[in-house]
Amino acid sequence: MKEQGNIHFCGVGGQGILLASELTAHALLAAGFDAKKSEVHGMAQRGGSVEAHLRFGKTRVYSPLIEPGTVDIMLAFEMMEAVRYLPFLNKKSTVIVNTQKIAPPVVATGKIPYPDHCLDAITQQGISLVPVDAFAIARKVGNLKAVNVALVGVLSRYLPIDEATWVEVIKKRLPAKILDVNLKAFQEGRKAGK
Amino acid sequence: MTQKKTTQEKLWYSGNEALALGAHEASVRVASGYAGTPSTEILENVVNYKEIYTEWAPNEKVGLEVAIGASFAGVRALATMKHVGLNVAADPLFTASYTGVRGGLVIVVADDPSMYSSQNEQDSRNYAYAAKLPMLEPADPAEAKEFLKLGYRISEQFDTPVLLRSCTRVAHVKGVVSPGEIQTSSVTPELVRNPAQMVMLPAHARGRRVAIAERQKKLAEFAETWAENRIETGDRTMGIIAAGTSYLYAKEAFPKASFLKLGMVNPLPEKMIRDFAGQVETLYIVEDLDPFIEMRVKAMGIACIGKEKIPAIGELSPSVVRRAITGDSGSVTFAPVDLPPRPPNMCPGCPHRGLFYNLNRLKVFVSGDIGCYTLGALPPLSAMDACVCMGASIGMAHGMAKALGDEGLGKIVAVIGDSTFIHTGINSLINTVYNNSYSTVIILDNRITAMTGQQPNPASGTTIMGEPANSIDFPELCRAIGVKHVRTVDPHDIEGTYAVLKEEIERPEPSVVITRFPCVLTPEEKKRPKTPFTSSTENCTGCGMCLRIGCPSINWVPLTPEEAKAMGKKEKQKGYALINETTCIGCGQCLSLCKFEAISTGEAK
Repeated sequence: MKEQGNIHFCGVGGQGILLASELTAHALLAAGFDAKKSEVHGMAQRGGSVEAHLRFGKTRVYSPLIEPGTVDIMLAFEMMEAVRYLPFLNKKSTVIVNTQKIAPPVVATGKIPYPDHCLDAITQQGISLVPVDAFAIARKVGNLKAVNVALVGVLSRYLPIDEATWVEVIKKRLPAKILDVNLKAFQEGRKAGK
Repeated sequence: MTQKKTTQEKLWYSGNEALALGAHEASVRVASGYAGTPSTEILENVVNYKEIYTEWAPNEKVGLEVAIGASFAGVRALATMKHVGLNVAADPLFTASYTGVRGGLVIVVADDPSMYSSQNEQDSRNYAYAAKLPMLEPADPAEAKEFLKLGYRISEQFDTPVLLRSCTRVAHVKGVVSPGEIQTSSVTPELVRNPAQMVMLPAHARGRRVAIAERQKKLAEFAETWAENRIETGDRTMGIIAAGTSYLYAKEAFPKASFLKLGMVNPLPEKMIRDFAGQVETLYIVEDLDPFIEMRVKAMGIACIGKEKIPAIGELSPSVVRRAITGDSGSVTFAPVDLPPRPPNMCPGCPHRGLFYNLNRLKVFVSGDIGCYTLGALPPLSAMDACVCMGASIGMAHGMAKALGDEGLGKIVAVIGDSTFIHTGINSLINTVYNNSYSTVIILDNRITAMTGQQPNPASGTTIMGEPANSIDFPELCRAIGVKHVRTVDPHDIEGTYAVLKEEIERPEPSVVITRFPCVLTPEEKKRPKTPFTSSTENCTGCGMCLRIGCPSINWVPLTPEEAKAMGKKEKQKGYALINETTCIGCGQCLSLCKFEAISTGEAK
């Protein structure tokens, strides 16, 4: 991936997906790319399935929407959500997935079990899967809310952007109070990627 | 008069942030509207420009009337709303077309193709035609800002309100936006008496009707040379007419085609369309929802392909457009996997949950309304049986009561949130009392407009600008309307609420029950120290009672017979309930449902 690309962010409302996509967009802009990002607000914020489409290119990006089958990198914050957006992937996609399970209402109330080995649906297609225990990273750096920035750290290994640019963007975008812990989470995430 | 901005900084803005910046650069002085996805963040960002008086109005009609008044007083004014809000504001809209403006007036309306957060999928362009108003349609955040500024120029130049059509993929898309020059109005703020134009008596309106026809002609001429209606010549075998996001999707799908990109969708530039049609072999009209441009192009006698191929339902995308025109389904390779759905849910500790649990127990027919509480329709609460539009719950419940007479007594309730009650519910409650009905109205008073992201409303005690304000006293208001039985309950108190509801629903007179508890997402509630509950795995019998409220903080842990036995439980116990103490806020609803002392107070946090 050099001149252009499509990044798909998905997970559950409240996981910090929008911040992760914002940091990534700012890093791309700082690296000289044009970008467009699409989010769905409203109902999705109440613990529902959330996705953000981020498209970038050296030339003008027209559509803010990623077409099915054209995701280069997926950053999934929850396992089942990675599988939910399978139609956006192709054989060459890379899927970075946080190995966390969050039970949707039908599972939480005991009506349907959480699907076992659901990530097999991705690996069976020969798609490259990068499992990351971002929750463990967040615990290690001392703030459970740093899951999203840890995942951005993993993602950073797969994008044509210098480490210094990422660090600059994180410093600029996050409040001083939580900056150190998030920079650590970013670095730990980078170590976990590739 | 223009003023250079020194900064050349590129901004990363959503369409709504860009529209707010556009309002600032267009020297808007008064902005009003009602929250509604995807339009809400426009005013939430406009309020950051201190020179603009910004407010939340109780509904879109009031918001537009405020903007019309500000325009009459000679300042530039903005009204914002979602597509269904324009239905509410349609009354002033149609006659503001007759009065025209003094200060520029732009109405931003945000459509929601595919209904991500809406109850219908209407196409607001039809309003522009019906109200005889110009409508601009930007494609992305950068255009949104520019078009808003151009809209104010057009408004003052042609003496007309201007509609600007946004949509989910402009409002909630982020892109690069450049700050621009501050543009000022040449109109002087003052009160000017001009009854022939501003007092729409029939005699005056007849004169204005003719003036509008003249204005439409001038606008159509203007559209022919306006720079934002432009031909992009490419491969002449395929010509595409498109506006807004549809242009972006078509451009992505067919980058080599020739395009007529329309910045103004009403009125259309007929000569330009004829020229373009003459330059290309096959002409396509790519537009989402209704065949708005297509019908008009066909009426010009120009052959084109539109809704025969392009879907009229749901939002378009590059792949949808490509597939529609060439049949090429693109690079889709993997079929979706069947997974448990993940619908949105009420938050842990949401005060609405206990009410809907009780309504389910009471087996009443629930005439519902629009807000977070519409989620009360979903299982396991499953306690909403009708929902149409903002404020409809009360009128519908009254209609049901009149249709069924004594047969319906004790079986019907209306459920409406505080903001929705203020929006368009109060009139209906007046009607219920006036026409001697018996329905019970439940006002879910959580002190905020929650669904769209905690906007303050006339019950909240503050304004969007952070100033203290009056907070409506609902019991007093209901009594003044003539409701004799007004009760206020704490919805977290399950049994207490149940008893009051039962009594009021059976009463053969109008009654109001107010469930009063603040939304858990208000800043005050977020700050309040919480004591979560904890569950005892030992005491839990797996009866499942606590699961009936559908709280996201209670999870079912399944057990095999062996596991159950190993835990010292009966083999037939299929699992146990586990409270997630990190998300539980200790509302206490589940506590009253547990008969086995398996839920108790945990450690304060």
